[in-house]
Amino acid sequence: MLSRPDRLWTVSEAEIEALEIGSAILGTGGGGNPYIGKLRARQALRDGHQLRIIRMEDLPDDAKVVSLGGIGAPLISFERIKEGREGLRCLRALEERLGFKADAIACEEIGGQNAMEPLITASFAGLPVVDGDGMGRAFPEMQMTTYAIYGHRSTPSVMCDPHGNVVIFDHAISEKWHERMARACVISQGGASTLANAPMSGAFVKRFSIPNSYTKAIALGRAVIEARQRHDDPVAAICAMENGRVAFTGKITDLKRHLKGGFVTGEALIEGFDTCSGQTASVLIQNENLVFKRDGVVEIAVPDLIIILDIDTGNAITTEILRYGQRIAVVALPCHPLLRTPEALEVVGPKGFGFDDIAYRPMAADEPATGSAS
Amino acid sequence: MYRLGIDVGGTNTDAVVMHDRDVLAGVKAATTEDVTSGVLEALEQVLAKSGVERGKIANVMIGTTHFTNAVIERKHISPVAAIRLGLPATACLPPMVDWPEDLREAAGDLGYLVRGGYEFDGREIAPLDEDEIDRIAEDIAAKKIGSASISSVFSPINREMEVAARDRLLKKCPELQVVLSSDIGRIGLLERESAAIMNASLLALSERTVDAFGSALKSTGLHCPFFITQNDGTLMDAAMVKRFPVLTFASGPTNSMRGAAFLTGIKNGIVVDIGGTTTDVGALQHGFPRQAATVVDIGGVRTNFRMPDVFSIGLGGGSLVRRGRDGAVTVGPQSVGYRITKEALVFGGKTLTATDVAVALGEADIGDKSRVAGIEADMACGARAAITAMLEAAVERSRISPEPLPVIAVGGGSILMPDRLGDLDVLRPENFAVANAVGAAIAQISGEVDRIYSLENGLTRESCLKQAEEEATKKAIGAGASAATIEVIEREDVPLAYLPGNATRIHVKVVGEMGGGDAVAA
Repeated sequence: MLSRPDRLWTVSEAEIEALEIGSAILGTGGGGNPYIGKLRARQALRDGHQLRIIRMEDLPDDAKVVSLGGIGAPLISFERIKEGREGLRCLRALEERLGFKADAIACEEIGGQNAMEPLITASFAGLPVVDGDGMGRAFPEMQMTTYAIYGHRSTPSVMCDPHGNVVIFDHAISEKWHERMARACVISQGGASTLANAPMSGAFVKRFSIPNSYTKAIALGRAVIEARQRHDDPVAAICAMENGRVAFTGKITDLKRHLKGGFVTGEALIEGFDTCSGQTASVLIQNENLVFKRDGVVEIAVPDLIIILDIDTGNAITTEILRYGQRIAVVALPCHPLLRTPEALEVVGPKGFGFDDIAYRPMAADEPATGSAS
Repeated sequence: MYRLGIDVGGTNTDAVVMHDRDVLAGVKAATTEDVTSGVLEALEQVLAKSGVERGKIANVMIGTTHFTNAVIERKHISPVAAIRLGLPATACLPPMVDWPEDLREAAGDLGYLVRGGYEFDGREIAPLDEDEIDRIAEDIAAKKIGSASISSVFSPINREMEVAARDRLLKKCPELQVVLSSDIGRIGLLERESAAIMNASLLALSERTVDAFGSALKSTGLHCPFFITQNDGTLMDAAMVKRFPVLTFASGPTNSMRGAAFLTGIKNGIVVDIGGTTTDVGALQHGFPRQAATVVDIGGVRTNFRMPDVFSIGLGGGSLVRRGRDGAVTVGPQSVGYRITKEALVFGGKTLTATDVAVALGEADIGDKSRVAGIEADMACGARAAITAMLEAAVERSRISPEPLPVIAVGGGSILMPDRLGDLDVLRPENFAVANAVGAAIAQISGEVDRIYSLENGLTRESCLKQAEEEATKKAIGAGASAATIEVIEREDVPLAYLPGNATRIHVKVVGEMGGGDAVAA
């Protein structure tokens, strides 16, 4: 079905290492640590499987593309590590239920753990992964993908666990319902499962994916690795790569964390140093870093990317390991235009996270928000 | 009551004799290849210097980096049967999957995956596959493997299956030494399992080393009990160290920070330990080192031990002082290291070191002062400014609040420390050079609980913290702490995302003085 197998990009072990770093950065504080996924991807490579990526422009319009990823609590995936072929079982059950053969796999969420699962499953199935994703970062819920926002109905979907249990969600009346039912099922399967969604057409994926996600995440990771090798500033390397800027440098002086409806919410207070000396800032958190304020004034808000990095190593600091006294850089990267249309902002803008009093102002001021992408 | 503290570092073996809160004598001897002869040398010296009768020493506390170095150098590692209970989960990543190949080979590269383990809520992933355990036991016997590790998924929540598997193994292999991951680590399967395997691989070495320490003490005429310090600055008895050598991995920096806290009476501050080549900087909170939040790499293996958050820079008493092409004076990171007593100018050598600069500026009186009289003033002042700037930056990095915390300078190279760093006062305690041996001498006993609690059905955060605290206290008393001195030093609860019933991970650690009514408050 894919006419130009010679144009596929075969991912190397070094690129997997870079992807671990890059996807953690794009996790914007959430998405889970991609370390276990990296080990699995590396193992797949060493076992002779090929991790291949297909450029967006090479994807035929009538290709059938299945997006998949892990769902559940990141901490569980560090303890009850996957059996390994959950994703493949999802894919096969979905193909059987709908009577089709998938041509490619898509990524739901490039930020964090979910960058790796599509590559691993695709390698077992002998399929390529599309160089794109549904978030361009990490978000806490499934209906927050560009796929869902721009009209893809993700059911029928299939959820699998390490035991061999296979659950088909035949129909959800909305994406939000799908998310709600999937969460309930994940708990009974032990808190960390794999989910594959109803196939999308190549044409849809090309139009509504955040493009070049793997290229971008791997390049980001490589920039950090190379900056470290040169003893250069990795934070500057990240900004240069993604047209971002260092919004703040400082030290965490207070951290408030609490649970709200299964999600970790809170606020990190930062006292500035270097060029930010004398200023204070804060980051509002709901699993991911959502809002950045300087001296009490909102400066950057979701869906733009707010990334907290260790100032010396450039390593992404996730919200679970944020800690009093850490010396950090807050880096802001502009989100993709597909995430800042009115329909996207309904779901992934400040209001989508309950910040009714915060109006989203795109940080990419020179790049006006498009009216609608559809 | 008299106690003796020893710290066996990579270069020096330091020893102190203390009477209650007073340091009576401190000495430094060279660490030897066999470890024990250096220990003997330090013991004899310090006993002679203190003039205390051997029979009066009530306890000996030893800090050692011997086991860490064994892993780093891949020496004295024994093969281990690494058994994991968790199938069908975890099948994709076998034990030791992310270990450097040479270490994995040294440890025998024998991983076994078995059906068993628990889900986060306590359900069984699968019942323990006892037949498979029997088959593994036969394999272990056939291969003549001496030690095994058992790690079950979610054993920090429920260790029953690890215990059952061990008991089953011991029926067929009664001589086998078995390490359970639940005795060693926290949630995070690969890290905890790796720690258990490393521990099992060091059992033969720890048996020999602990016995050697014991006979060294006896041959010196010390017949009192001895203890070894662990990562968190608390003590383990000899029997415990034989079983858990990995728990000593970070005791070096911990002891010097604890010693600094004790010698100054300061519980919150920044400790700067300046050696010959490097300077370690860490923060004290409540008299204990602040712990690193991330995973710690030991010999190329990720582990999740709690380790002090220590930041190292390439500055020490032996650091080379040079002028760069642009005329600026630089200090370090190259150093003459332990050769300082031969190569530094003040000792008759030919190399300009940081120590020579301190002597030239009249800040220290070491060696032959006349030999540094010829150093140009701008060279000396430039070096001084560079040293101060390096120390300031390192201390600033470890500062945890804008309040002006005191800085405590310890270690042989602490003559390099100015009296003030920016807005911070610098304290230089007496016996600063042997702070790490003091840290060993004053070590306490701890108890720890790290578990996921479900905050529902009337259980509150407070009631669970209290329950964890009681359990940790019980553990500490069981390990020898005196109940009256127990205090909580770590108490944290982290809510877990995406789980029902407000799942919360609670971690509590308590410490107390060693029992026997000889309380010495740190």
